[in-house]
Amino acid sequence: MNQEELDNRLEEVTGRLIGVERTQENRVYLLCESEDVYDVCRFLFSELKLRFVIATGVDAEHCFEVLHHFTDDECGCMVTVKAFVRDRENPELDSITPLIPGAEWIEREIHDILGIAFTHHPNLQRLILDDDWPEGVYPLRKEVQR
Amino acid sequence: MKETVRKSVLAVGPFHPLQEEMEFFQLTVDGETVTDINVRISYNHRGIEKLSETLQFDQVPFLVSRICGICSASHPLAYVQAVEEIAQVKVPERALYVRTIINELERIHSHLLWVGLAGHFIGYDTVFMWAWKYREPVLDLLEEITGNRNNYGNVKIGGCREDIPDELKPKILAELDVIEKKTEMLTKAVLDDPVLHARLKGVGVLKKSDGIDFAVTGPTARGSGIDIDVRHDDPYAAYSDLDWKVISQPEGDVFAKAVVRLLETFESIKMIREALKKLPKGPVVAEVKEIPPGEGCGHAEAPRGETFHYVRSDGGNRPIRHKVRAPSYVNVPSFKASCIGESISDVTLTLAAVDPCYSCTERVAVVDGHDTVIHDYASLLQLSRAKTARLRKEIGAPEMKLEDI
Repeated sequence: MNQEELDNRLEEVTGRLIGVERTQENRVYLLCESEDVYDVCRFLFSELKLRFVIATGVDAEHCFEVLHHFTDDECGCMVTVKAFVRDRENPELDSITPLIPGAEWIEREIHDILGIAFTHHPNLQRLILDDDWPEGVYPLRKEVQR
Repeated sequence: MKETVRKSVLAVGPFHPLQEEMEFFQLTVDGETVTDINVRISYNHRGIEKLSETLQFDQVPFLVSRICGICSASHPLAYVQAVEEIAQVKVPERALYVRTIINELERIHSHLLWVGLAGHFIGYDTVFMWAWKYREPVLDLLEEITGNRNNYGNVKIGGCREDIPDELKPKILAELDVIEKKTEMLTKAVLDDPVLHARLKGVGVLKKSDGIDFAVTGPTARGSGIDIDVRHDDPYAAYSDLDWKVISQPEGDVFAKAVVRLLETFESIKMIREALKKLPKGPVVAEVKEIPPGEGCGHAEAPRGETFHYVRSDGGNRPIRHKVRAPSYVNVPSFKASCIGESISDVTLTLAAVDPCYSCTERVAVVDGHDTVIHDYASLLQLSRAKTARLRKEIGAPEMKLEDI
C-alpha cells in the first residue's frame, strides 16, 4: 500500500474514532474510546495487514492512555491507536493478545507498571515486577516518585 | 486409582554472570523433545523509562545508549529521531551520513559477534576465534571516531557530537577491505560446509505466519521471508541515498538467519564505502533551542531488528513519557513457535539464533520423575556438539581437526 491508499483505507474506520491527528505525512494517530480499541486494532492488523510494533501505556494524570503502535512496512507510515482509559479507579481495556500473540508481554508489562487490567488476556501474570512486589503499587504512575 | 500426569520441566536460567541480560526459560520436555516453553524476563530491570522522565532531553541519549552495549548506536538514534520529529529539526546532511556510518559499523561488529557465538555453540570454535578476531578492528575504528569502543554517545538532538575527520577515511577504507575479505572467507566456509548444512537446516523453523503474529523484526523476520527493514521501509539518516538491498531468506531456520546476517555484513561494508565517498561537507550539528509540546515516534534498524522509541513532551525540558522497545522484546517470545517440537540439543542454538543477548545456559536442571539429572553449561554444550559430530559421521565428513575441538 502506498500512503494515499493507506489514508483511504483508514477512512473506513473513522466511525469508531473520536479524532485523527497527524504530526507529519507518515505519522498518524487514531484517537478512540477504550471500548473500540479491539475493533480498531483488528481492522489495522487483520484487514490492512499492518505490523504490530508495541504498545505504550501513559499516565496522563486525568486518565490513562494506551497507545498501540502499528506500521505499514511498504510506505513506512506509523499508525498509532490512542485509547483513553477514563476510569482511574478500575482501569480496564480489551486485550488484543487473542488477536496478536506478540502483544502478550507488553500488555502484561503495562498491567504491572500502570495497573491497567487487560480483559480476555490469556495469561495476565507479572512480567516486569518481582513476585514479592506489593499489590496495588504501580511504579510508572506519576504519583510514584523515584 | 487416580493417575498423575508428570511433566518434566527443564529450567534454563535465570542468571549468567557473563552476559548482560538474564532470562529464564522453562522448557516442558517429553524425553528429549520440547513440548512447551515459558519465558520469564526482567531479572535485570533498570527502570530506564522512569529514569528518563527525570533527565533533560539532551541527557537521555547517554542513558539509552547504555540499554545495550552492542546496540549503543541505534537506541540513541531512535530516541533523537523521535525528539527531532517533535521539534521539527532539520539535521545537517553530514550528520546523517556520520550516523549511517556508525550504525553500519555497529551492525558489522554485532553480526560477527553472533557468527562467532553460533560457531561456539555447535562446536566450531575456530569460527568463534576467527569471527571475534575480525570484529576487533571494527571496534578500534569506532573508538577512533567516537572515543569509545561501545557506548559511543555520538548522536545528539540535531546531529552528532563527533565528526569523522577526512584524514581517517583511508584508514576506514583499508580496514573495510580486510574485513570484507575475511568475512567472504567465513561466509564461504559456512555456506560450503556440508556439516553445517546438516546441523543448521530445518532447525528451529519460524514460519512466516508465526513471525507476523509474534511481530518479530530484524534478521529473525528476514530469515523467515518477511522482508522488513526500517532502513528501507521508513528511511532515516542517509539510507535512502545509498545503493543497497534488503537481504531475506524464506526458510525460517537457523541456517537462513545465519545467511541473512553474513550477507548483511557485506551490504553494510558496501554502504559505509559509499557513504564515505559521498560524505558531504558542512557542520554535523544544528542548533536546537527548545522542545515544544507534542509526541514523536522514532525507530531505527538495530543489528537485531527494529528499535522503537516513543517520546512525549509537555514543552518542558524533560520528556514526560519515553517508551523504549528493543528488538529482542518481540523476537524472544517467538520461541513459543520455533522451539516446540525441537530436541533439547537444538534448543541452545534456536534460542541463540535470535541473538537475544543470549545468556542463562549456566544452570540447567532436568527433572524427570524421581530422578534428577543436572545438566550444566558444559554438558549442554556437549549435547549440542555431540549432534554435530554424529551428523559429521553420518554424512561422511572428514574427522574433526584438533583445532575444531
